[in-house]
Amino acid sequence: MLSCKDVTRLLSESMDRSLPLGKRVGVRLHLLICTFCARYERQLLLIRETVRRLAAIDDACGSLAEESLSEKAKERIRISLATP
Amino acid sequence: MAKPANPDPSEWVDRYGDYLFRYAMLRLRDRSAAEDLVQETFLSALSARDSFSGNSSESTWLVGILKHKIADHFRRQAREAPLVDNDLREHPDPSSFDRSGHWTTGPTDWGGNPADLYREKKFLDQFMECLSGLSPNHANAFTLREIEGSDTVEICKVLNVSETNLWVILHRARMQLRRCLETRWFDRKTGKEP
Repeated sequence: MLSCKDVTRLLSESMDRSLPLGKRVGVRLHLLICTFCARYERQLLLIRETVRRLAAIDDACGSLAEESLSEKAKERIRISLATP
Repeated sequence: MAKPANPDPSEWVDRYGDYLFRYAMLRLRDRSAAEDLVQETFLSALSARDSFSGNSSESTWLVGILKHKIADHFRRQAREAPLVDNDLREHPDPSSFDRSGHWTTGPTDWGGNPADLYREKKFLDQFMECLSGLSPNHANAFTLREIEGSDTVEICKVLNVSETNLWVILHRARMQLRRCLETRWFDRKTGKEP
């Protein structure tokens, strides 16, 4: 019988590879009876989904981040480009 | 057929500087490293200008170069600070589980399914802060996997670890991040904070 500690490890692993059948079944059975582990899985998936969306809007220029290159850095880069 | 317009380097900094900088910041969490990589990207682009095919947009081409620079940066960091045993210990916070492996304090209810989080600037800031709290190898592994969407084989090469070790690292990174976001964000939102 898998413990919650085992299941959290396997849940993470299942996000990176497909688990062998036995383990997959063990995890699913555990999740049926364990509220905390089921919640843990939902939260990991929420974090994954949110991070992907964050990165996607960020990369599409509509960034939430307000950071920009400092004027000093821009000047330095302009000079380095002009005098390679 | 018309030859694609040659890129014009004198406009690069103004047109793409901030965009590339933000791209790098999200992945490196370090202003000066991000600035350096943007500069290196432009310099590499300048010397490879003739190879720009015009099949992709100029910004896609520049981001492609920046991605390589970021992977190189992670590779360098992994070389300079190789994994220590502590990085591979399974649980950073052994108090989460009792001796038989059951939760001592389980995950709290985050309240509904907050699917719009990615639009919230404050959440982004909190997420970046939590990510920065991880050890560099853990944060870099998480970044490559979840932000860049790289597959594990690729990440193993960059960080120079075995696949088994990478699973442990990602497990730890996710566990720590989840906990950090729970304490600093979700519990506050749902009023669970004392």
